[in-house]
Amino acid sequence: MDAVTSRRFPALSGGLGGVLLPRLFQAGLVAWLVGTLTFVLTRTLPGDMAYRIAAGRYGHDMVNSAAAEAVRVELALDQPALLAYLNWLGDLLRLDLGNSLVSGEPVLHELSHQLGHSLGLAMVAVLLSLLLGPPLGLAAGLRPGGVLDRASEGLASLLRALPPFALGLLLILLFSVSLGWLPAAGHGRVAHFVLPALTLALALAAVSSRVARNAMVEVSGSAYYAFSRTKGLGERLSFLRHGLRNAAVPIVAYLGVQFVYLIEGVVVVETLFAWPGIGHSLVHAIVARDVPMIQGTALVMGLMFVALNTGVDLLCHGLDPRRRQS
Amino acid sequence: MPSSRRLLAGLALATSLISPPLLADARPLAVVAPWEVTGSDPSTSGYIFGRMGIAETLVEVDAEGRPAPGLASDWAVDEEGLSWRFVLRDGVLFHDGTPLTAEAVAASLRYAQAKPGMLSSAPIAAIEADGDAVVITLEAPFAPLPALLTHSTTQILAPAAYAEDGRVEAMIATGPYRLTELSPPQRLTAERFADYWGAAPAIEAVSYLAVGRGETRALMAESGDADIVFTLDPASRGRLARQERLALHAEPLPRTIVIKVNAGHPFLADETARRALSQAIDRRGIAAGLLRDPEAAAPELFPASLGPWHLGLDGEAGGDPAAAQGLLDDLGWQANGQGVRERDGEPFRLTLTTFADRPELPLVATALQDQWRELGIDLEVAVGNASGIPSGHRDGSLELGLAARNYGLVPDPLGTLSDDFGGDAQAPGGDWGAMNWSDAEVTAWLDTLRHDADPATRAELAGRVAERLNQAMPVIPVAWYQQTAAVNAELEGFSIDPLERSYRLEELTWTP
Repeated sequence: MDAVTSRRFPALSGGLGGVLLPRLFQAGLVAWLVGTLTFVLTRTLPGDMAYRIAAGRYGHDMVNSAAAEAVRVELALDQPALLAYLNWLGDLLRLDLGNSLVSGEPVLHELSHQLGHSLGLAMVAVLLSLLLGPPLGLAAGLRPGGVLDRASEGLASLLRALPPFALGLLLILLFSVSLGWLPAAGHGRVAHFVLPALTLALALAAVSSRVARNAMVEVSGSAYYAFSRTKGLGERLSFLRHGLRNAAVPIVAYLGVQFVYLIEGVVVVETLFAWPGIGHSLVHAIVARDVPMIQGTALVMGLMFVALNTGVDLLCHGLDPRRRQS
Repeated sequence: MPSSRRLLAGLALATSLISPPLLADARPLAVVAPWEVTGSDPSTSGYIFGRMGIAETLVEVDAEGRPAPGLASDWAVDEEGLSWRFVLRDGVLFHDGTPLTAEAVAASLRYAQAKPGMLSSAPIAAIEADGDAVVITLEAPFAPLPALLTHSTTQILAPAAYAEDGRVEAMIATGPYRLTELSPPQRLTAERFADYWGAAPAIEAVSYLAVGRGETRALMAESGDADIVFTLDPASRGRLARQERLALHAEPLPRTIVIKVNAGHPFLADETARRALSQAIDRRGIAAGLLRDPEAAAPELFPASLGPWHLGLDGEAGGDPAAAQGLLDDLGWQANGQGVRERDGEPFRLTLTTFADRPELPLVATALQDQWRELGIDLEVAVGNASGIPSGHRDGSLELGLAARNYGLVPDPLGTLSDDFGGDAQAPGGDWGAMNWSDAEVTAWLDTLRHDADPATRAELAGRVAERLNQAMPVIPVAWYQQTAAVNAELEGFSIDPLERSYRLEELTWTP
């Protein structure tokens, strides 16, 4: 660690363990809980699993008792639930997520392919939401009760109230059908990112703009902010030196909460926009009773949530010196 | 400096991705449909490769639904009906440039036979290469073998397509289009294959995208993102029909919504009772009101695309509620004053089992509930899982089941019909067909059809089977599925294949 970093983050090395260790424990707990829950839930779903899997593999038209029986024997679906659970747990400890029951490919291979698509989409959505939400919120917070504040509040309430599915359809209708600027669905080109990412970003920005606005109102009403003006700093310098970093802490902290929305939104948005990501595959895996795929996907989503929140913790840790000193 | 250069390169790349260079004569064609591509293997996704003109089979199907030359230019069967010889077409190349040989075809078919699919339903003893032909030896005569060889699970792939254990690692076939990119589960692209043995298609590049949501598919047709969109939801169809730049097409498929009847049930054992149930159905109403297409009404089991199996009954003839009332009166069912008929103190109460994988089935079930209430039948609708019907068949608990059955997997429905209506009095019917019903004559006719290859005899027997099924009603037909498509009006030559084997992309041209 060079001198500058250790001066700016004096307690980083000591405090990091305090941030990371509980998260590591949490990740283990999440992995076990998510896996066990999906195992129990898929086992208790009504209907014959063998039929479901056969339909997923060969299509509904080709399914009969013989095909289902072949699947049952091949996948040993008759073994007792407890034994299947213990087998799965053992595989998980060896980091072996098994093979998809439908495509026969290793789950890890399928997930790495889909996760890339989902992460790409989620990252563009978060960046877009950060470009839209916080700047608007900060500007509104500087003049609470002003025109911008009230207009952005109305817009944010509307956008957050719309379910992502409806918002996505409206965006397709506007940008693809009416204006013809962007492709309605699909993937492969950069232009395909815009509408699904915007659908997610608008709802994210709706909330983050309000959080930023409230944080800014609080900061600009504080004694230290008034003092910075009194000692002669201009509006811009006051904002940059005393406003921005203080207002950033709640915005970044709130990002962690927003990831819940993102993970839920990805499932709906990917299905709507035919995006080959992890949410889309989860929907199909559930329909086809592809248990290893469901477990793998849920596991990755759970761990992703823990990882993202760890990232948020680390960022706040860096932004807020009070946390490092306590 | 290096970082700004990288940034510039990135920007250039991004712009080129946003707007790829487009030549007028190479305008690509985008197909959108709901079915996902699982992988390269014909046993799971072959139907998509077949429809997109990428993979071909030994036998094709002509416009009348009869087997026609494909990769095999000719075939013949010996006197005993046990040895079929398929002579291969000359000058066919696989997409990797290797020639189509009898050895390659035999190997491909042997791999297909080992996997779930159509070939396992034929009594095949051996598949061997013999000079310029492939010889398939049977354990028992099996006349519909050529029809089986039209199925997508029997597509012929190059030797290089297979791994040692028979898994398909790459889709290397012989069609007019060559696969250029496959990204399961949603996208594939293909380009015109320069060395194709037949007439070269006019359109150079095609793509396929699986889009699960009907709303999205309709919007893609509307926005021009897709040139051909299959399977339109009824709600979007009206809106798309008003678009000038789109043409809408519809075609009945040999997939029929049927009521599977437990003919062993005391209320349903008499075929008169089953006919009464059938006559009380307002098929036009269900087709127009729920399926949004009056042409979907199915007065018989098989639509016109199945040739000799189609009887040509009138769409209206199926329904006659007054006659249905009379039939039930004759059987001794009396109205009990509460709107339900009774016989010997027992109310006419039945359960109809169905499932929601096909979203229209529960709707049709409730329409039947309403229509049969007029007849004095108290019908309970149970919406469960697709597996509920076969398991109810096996343990005998099923009373009525509403399902969709595809009789056109291959152009000859014989295999499906043998499963559904063949069998003897000991093991009558099948999972998706008759239950506790068998007819010695139907069984005998189906047996004859299995080994008699004479076209005239086959056509006559097919008609007889269809007529008997229509009379005895071991399953009651309700409606035929319609394949629908919204097509860019600038495309010429579009038609829907009622057997869904091909999208007929090689017949399409862009209007200049």
